Amino acid sequence: MSANGQAGEYLLETRDLKMHFPIKAGVFKRTVGHVKAVDGVDLQVRKGETLGLVGESGCGKSTLARLILRLHEATAGEVFFEGENILKYDRRQMMKVRRNLQIIFQDPYASLNPRMTVGSIIAEPLRTHKGTTDNIKRRVQELLEIVGLSPEHYNRYPHEFSGGQRQRIGVARAIALNPKVIICDEPVSALDVSIQAQVVNLLMDLQKEFDLTYIFIAHDLSVVKHISDRVAVMYLGRVVEIADRNQLYNRPLHPYTNSLLSAIPIPDPKLERQRQRVVLTGDVPSPANPPPGCTFHTRCPRVQDYCRNNVPPLERQEENGHRASCFFPVVSGQKIEEPTASTPYKAGE
Amino acid sequence: MALLEVKNLKTHFKTPDGIVKAVDGVSFTVDEGETLGIVGESGSGKSVTAMSLMQLNPVPPCFYPEGEILFEGRNLLEASEREMQKIRGDDMAMIFQDPMTSLNPVFTVGDQIMEAVRVHQKVSKKEARDKAIEVLRDVGIANPEKRVDEYPHQYSGGMRQRAMIAMALSCNPKILLADEPTTALDVTIQAQILELMVGLQEKYGTAIIMITHDLGVVAQLADKIMVMYGGRAVETGPTDDVFYDPLMPYSWSLIRSIPRLDKAGEVRLLPIKGSPPSLIFLPKGCNFAPRCPFVKDECHEIDPGLEEKRPGHRAACILSVEEIEENKHRIDAELGVEQA
Ligand SMILES: Nc1ncnc2c1ncn2[C@@H]1O[C@H](COP(=O)(O)OP(=O)(O)OP(=O)(O)O)[C@@H](O)[C@H]1O
Ligand SMILES: Nc1ncnc2c1ncn2[C@@H]1O[C@H](COP(=O)(O)OP(=O)(O)OP(=O)(O)O)[C@@H](O)[C@H]1O
Ligand code: SF4
Ligand SMILES: [Mg+2]
Ligand SMILES: [Mg+2]
Repeated sequence: MSANGQAGEYLLETRDLKMHFPIKAGVFKRTVGHVKAVDGVDLQVRKGETLGLVGESGCGKSTLARLILRLHEATAGEVFFEGENILKYDRRQMMKVRRNLQIIFQDPYASLNPRMTVGSIIAEPLRTHKGTTDNIKRRVQELLEIVGLSPEHYNRYPHEFSGGQRQRIGVARAIALNPKVIICDEPVSALDVSIQAQVVNLLMDLQKEFDLTYIFIAHDLSVVKHISDRVAVMYLGRVVEIADRNQLYNRPLHPYTNSLLSAIPIPDPKLERQRQRVVLTGDVPSPANPPPGCTFHTRCPRVQDYCRNNVPPLERQEENGHRASCFFPVVSGQKIEEPTASTPYKAGE
Repeated sequence: MALLEVKNLKTHFKTPDGIVKAVDGVSFTVDEGETLGIVGESGSGKSVTAMSLMQLNPVPPCFYPEGEILFEGRNLLEASEREMQKIRGDDMAMIFQDPMTSLNPVFTVGDQIMEAVRVHQKVSKKEARDKAIEVLRDVGIANPEKRVDEYPHQYSGGMRQRAMIAMALSCNPKILLADEPTTALDVTIQAQILELMVGLQEKYGTAIIMITHDLGVVAQLADKIMVMYGGRAVETGPTDDVFYDPLMPYSWSLIRSIPRLDKAGEVRLLPIKGSPPSLIFLPKGCNFAPRCPFVKDECHEIDPGLEEKRPGHRAACILSVEEIEENKHRIDAELGVEQA
């Protein structure tokens, strides 16, 4: 990992990215604190891969996505796209980058303008980037076909479509300008299970066909496992573990990842009867007032005194860049309640 | 006699566009202490079924053209509103996806539980308060003596769900209807709530009807399952039978369409084409025929009823068990999937 420079190895990279939303109160709207929605995230995304991003509600997934697209201006940190820090770009430079960075939102109902025809919705990004009218219509019809809709749908309105079809419209709009990266923010969460598979398969097919790079955000860890090459787990605005898909799911190191995986019900009754669950106590603390030390310590089954006063860095713990931020990571085969190490883990020891 | 027996229940709504056949001939039974899982997609009629049991659908537009809901042998469709008021709470209680549908924001949690207790039992205010504290402790609210006097907005999402369960259980109902109780919650909180429900069921012997679209949740909790599609029960049976040998093409497709946490993810998902039917213009023949991977010509003509295909295992499909098994193998072979 080139921690000190040499950007360009990755298609997309964030460095110590932070978003602290001010909390205002009183008649004078004074800032009385900050919601640390994203609090120091380093992510590297390779060309052509799907990086899954999981975590519970409010952990900062959508905010991170918006920071990368500059829909929010970051409080601190850097976002490198093809080796350049795009947070320093002016409007004109940003326009050029935007066509390469697209997003698909969770809610296929809210994200499409109900008064616009499907044709003009998909054409919008093409127009912004100066296509000719003729070309645009042809391109839109081609896009409709690519996402499995019919070119005849051109003049219809969003309300005439089912949820799954609407999400296809969102996908068509996102791929209209041949972007390099698409951030999918919970693209299937609002859909019925029988429809989710249609959209997941479509996204996977498009990735192969158009050499796309995805950041795939979801709270459903099964869907993320299915689609991702690597997976990052977030908790309270930070990435607490990142690894190759199978390594993360088969040998999670962070106690939070362990509990998260253990909490998910598997549609297999015999397996369910045999499973031993780690059930976490308590709720996720507020990002306005995150706990000191390891932010997971208030719920962690392995917590030691040391964790309460020291912040565990996201460090390499195993091969293939498997990183976790925990002083007492769960060694494979170990019971989660009992840390075996008596001294906190440090990289390189 | 089953604790609850629903026979050919039909719940329809009169609307300007036509009659919505939200529930259209559903039958099932629930025994004491048993858990029935009801699964199905959005709009398949799960909530309307539950609301019918409680007689909480708005009449009109709702009406019940046919069917019986026998609770301990008594037909609830014939019960008066007074009788129903007693049954709701005393015998049957319901919890919802959004706790704020049952919690009133302007009263303290304690007041609301006390109110529920006093409607059904002759107890003093002090006794009701003690009971409220007891049930809050039961559902795992820390510091219940203090928390009892707080308002719902002072509780987190998971705690509100617990408070709602506490309220539902405060009168020891025989059946708890849980309509997507964990859908809005994070998985780690869902795990807490499901663990809590199982614990309370063991302690009090409550029967549970668990409504969810999450097949994992029913796999974890249910003794038996009812799969709903387009207002009908399309498959019912013991949980293991429905999961390992589904006999209705819809249930089979549904199980094959979801990725699994314990599988590597290399297998392509099998989507179900199209989308669920409109409940006003149901297709002729089988409701699932337009989307069914096993469909044959007769399916567009004959409307299949729920029939017993194997002991205790019913499915609404005109295909024989042999034909269904053949089709499953055929499609799996086409996709190169190994049979489990
Ligand atoms: N514009 C904003 N102003 C203030 N706070 C915000 C804003 N947007 C998000 N937040 C807060 O930042 C935190 C992270 O929110 P975010 O939407 O990124 O979470 P998420 O991981 O996407 O959650 P979900 O799974 O529910 O979509 C939350 O506490 C949220 O309330
Ligand atoms: N008061 C009403 N008037 C008219 N139609 C109604 C009414 N209540 C429910 N319906 C219709 O009945 C059908 C079944 O709805 P129901 O709420 O039972 O679905 P569900 O299976 O619970 O779905 P979900 O998973 O989305 O909760 C829907 O088509 C719905 O629009
Ligand atoms: S550092 Fe300590 S509190 Fe944090 S996850 Fe690891 S063991 Fe738990
Ligand atoms: Mg989000
Ligand atoms: Mg419902």
